Amino acid sequence: MAMRTVVRRAATRPGTLPSSLASLAERLLTPHGVDRYLELIDPMLVRREIRGEVVALCRPTKDSITLTVRPSRAWQGFAAGQFVRVTVDIDGVRRTRCYSPAGSAHRDGELEFTVKAHEGGLVSRHLHERGHVGMVLGLSSADGTFALPERRPDSIVLIAGGSGITPVLSMLRTLVDERYPGEVSLLYYARTPADVPYVEELDELAARRGVRIHVRYTAADGHFTAEHLRRVAPWFARATTYLCGPPSLMESVRALYADTGISEHLHTEEFTPPVLTVNTSEVGGRIRFARSGVDVENDGRTLLEQAEDAGLSPEHGCRMGICFSCTQRKVSGVVRTASGEESAEDGEEIQLCVTAAAGDVDIDC
Amino acid sequence: MTGLQDRLTPQQVEEFGREMDELRARIVADLGADDVEYIQNVIKTQRGLEVTGRALMYAGFFPPAWLAGVGALSLAKILDNMEIGHNVMHGQYDWTRDPALSSQRFEWDNVAPAENWRHSHNYIHHTYTNIVDKDRDVGYGILRIDPAQKWHPYYLGNPVYATLLAIFFQWGVMLHDLEVDRLVKGERKWSEFREERRRIGRKMGTQIGKDYVLFPLLTGPLAPLTFAGNAAANLTRNLWAFGIIFCGHFPADVESFSEEETENETRGQWYLRQILGSANITGGKLFHVLSGNLSHQIEHHLFPDIPARRYPQIAGEVRAICAKYGLPYHTGPLHKQLWSVARKIVKFALPGSGDSTPEPATVERDRTPAAA
Repeated sequence: MAMRTVVRRAATRPGTLPSSLASLAERLLTPHGVDRYLELIDPMLVRREIRGEVVALCRPTKDSITLTVRPSRAWQGFAAGQFVRVTVDIDGVRRTRCYSPAGSAHRDGELEFTVKAHEGGLVSRHLHERGHVGMVLGLSSADGTFALPERRPDSIVLIAGGSGITPVLSMLRTLVDERYPGEVSLLYYARTPADVPYVEELDELAARRGVRIHVRYTAADGHFTAEHLRRVAPWFARATTYLCGPPSLMESVRALYADTGISEHLHTEEFTPPVLTVNTSEVGGRIRFARSGVDVENDGRTLLEQAEDAGLSPEHGCRMGICFSCTQRKVSGVVRTASGEESAEDGEEIQLCVTAAAGDVDIDC
Repeated sequence: MTGLQDRLTPQQVEEFGREMDELRARIVADLGADDVEYIQNVIKTQRGLEVTGRALMYAGFFPPAWLAGVGALSLAKILDNMEIGHNVMHGQYDWTRDPALSSQRFEWDNVAPAENWRHSHNYIHHTYTNIVDKDRDVGYGILRIDPAQKWHPYYLGNPVYATLLAIFFQWGVMLHDLEVDRLVKGERKWSEFREERRRIGRKMGTQIGKDYVLFPLLTGPLAPLTFAGNAAANLTRNLWAFGIIFCGHFPADVESFSEEETENETRGQWYLRQILGSANITGGKLFHVLSGNLSHQIEHHLFPDIPARRYPQIAGEVRAICAKYGLPYHTGPLHKQLWSVARKIVKFALPGSGDSTPEPATVERDRTPAAA
């Protein structure tokens, strides 16, 4: 039986300074650090931060764009299925969204992101409309547990819908690249043939030994059924399954796996954009102060007051929004500022004293 | 002098506060790529000047090169501390979500650690502006600058302390954050400042390390000249920052307040206090940039978290609102304001000056209430 262990390439790239020289440079350029000087020469010269330059692009469907991105030297590779936080500047404000590279993990010198422009999607529309060769994006290191394990399973089922294709396509391409000896099947749902961003690639991959691919069009064939799955992978019950797609697809697949009693073989990735519409006249949800491990029912008052009532003592000052002493990172959730503005941005910094939660909120405090 | 509370009727204060809130909301809604481009350009200029200054030290044996090097490095440090550091640390660019422009992460080219400074400046000074015994920037804990401060023979040294503070300003700011004056008086304990002291130790190490050890050593035989050049640049920045900052709240007509009259302040009253307690400095565009736009101290105190490049844009409107409510708008050229501050420092060195007649107005004021 052939289980394979993937060895990640060490990130040695030409042009890396010896570490003693680099540390001298850091000492000389304190307090700002070397990156803040290098980026003025070329934004891609940064040593610590990870950035990526768009080196090629195409628009495979009318509402999507595929960007080929060359990462800067701090990039350390990814496991197939993981995501990267991609940051762009839109009218002066940095916006971050998670995208899964769709390419093989064995070819991480160039990352491929396929982004579908959602209606009202700020970042996806920006990339779709303004993406160009030479554009520089901010990148995080790869993250997420939705990934092929280093010891590859014997047989693998991949199920995806819509833009959920990207992480599972990365898995498939990675497996093909390493001549995976097991069986792998992909069941992919798109609305119509015009909505499939990887038509040629999928045809090509389907011709490989041990690979089976079925593309279903929901507009014509309807949604997921057990029958669809059996057609492409009759052996699915003994395989490991990776699933990524819209909520309805996720639900149906989960239900089937639960009924069959094989839920533990199913790995999923939520791929839905954040829900922005929150009824702010109603207070509710829970506030989680992640670092302190405290969890309270949201009563609508400011986050600072609620934190203090919960026995925490976050740093603060003026309590009127001018001194920024109480600024903390919001992990997720929708918040409302004193001016009534709402924000759902993950990872943004908020002032606890003038911000209230609109629903469930996670704060790194 | 008219008290803080009886200058306007409560309705007028509320209305005045609402006008300020509206002005603020309008600017906040307009923030965007232009503001980011502006600060990025200032940063580029600062980094360019810094690298140029450091490089010129290698030709330090040639006096004009040494002087030019000191000049470039001084300007770099001034821009870093004033237009970039002070403003970024106020949270003026937090809305950009750029970690390099984040108030919580920015560190400046100054021996005072950013985190300590944010507390003493953003919180204590900006919240309790000019409230004697609460705003520790009134006299910086070492000077007598206001008649409400009780005289003591110690204050005979007022002019000497002010001169020393000007020369060693960055060290003064660093010790000010540590509330050294209160430690000496026994009002606070050293053990309360463990975190602050740890940060200071680390920051002193890196700052002294680069300016007085590494860069001099890297110029080999020119090390003493480089050392002197770096010291001169730090001195220039110190004198400049001291001058600008002392003109912000200490010229003759600027008012101070008592804790009692500022209790339970409304937002409108808080705005009012910021205006009465601050003074602008007139000058050209370059002067405003080099002052970190603290030449618009009034606008800065009203809206400390709005990008400073906006202050000159709104100054006219703020002044018009002040005129409408019959409020003073203190402003004047640098030499006049400095002279006024210097006289005050000397005057309050002596006892009894608290009762003397008010200073002749050395600042322009708009005192005429709008025709009602």
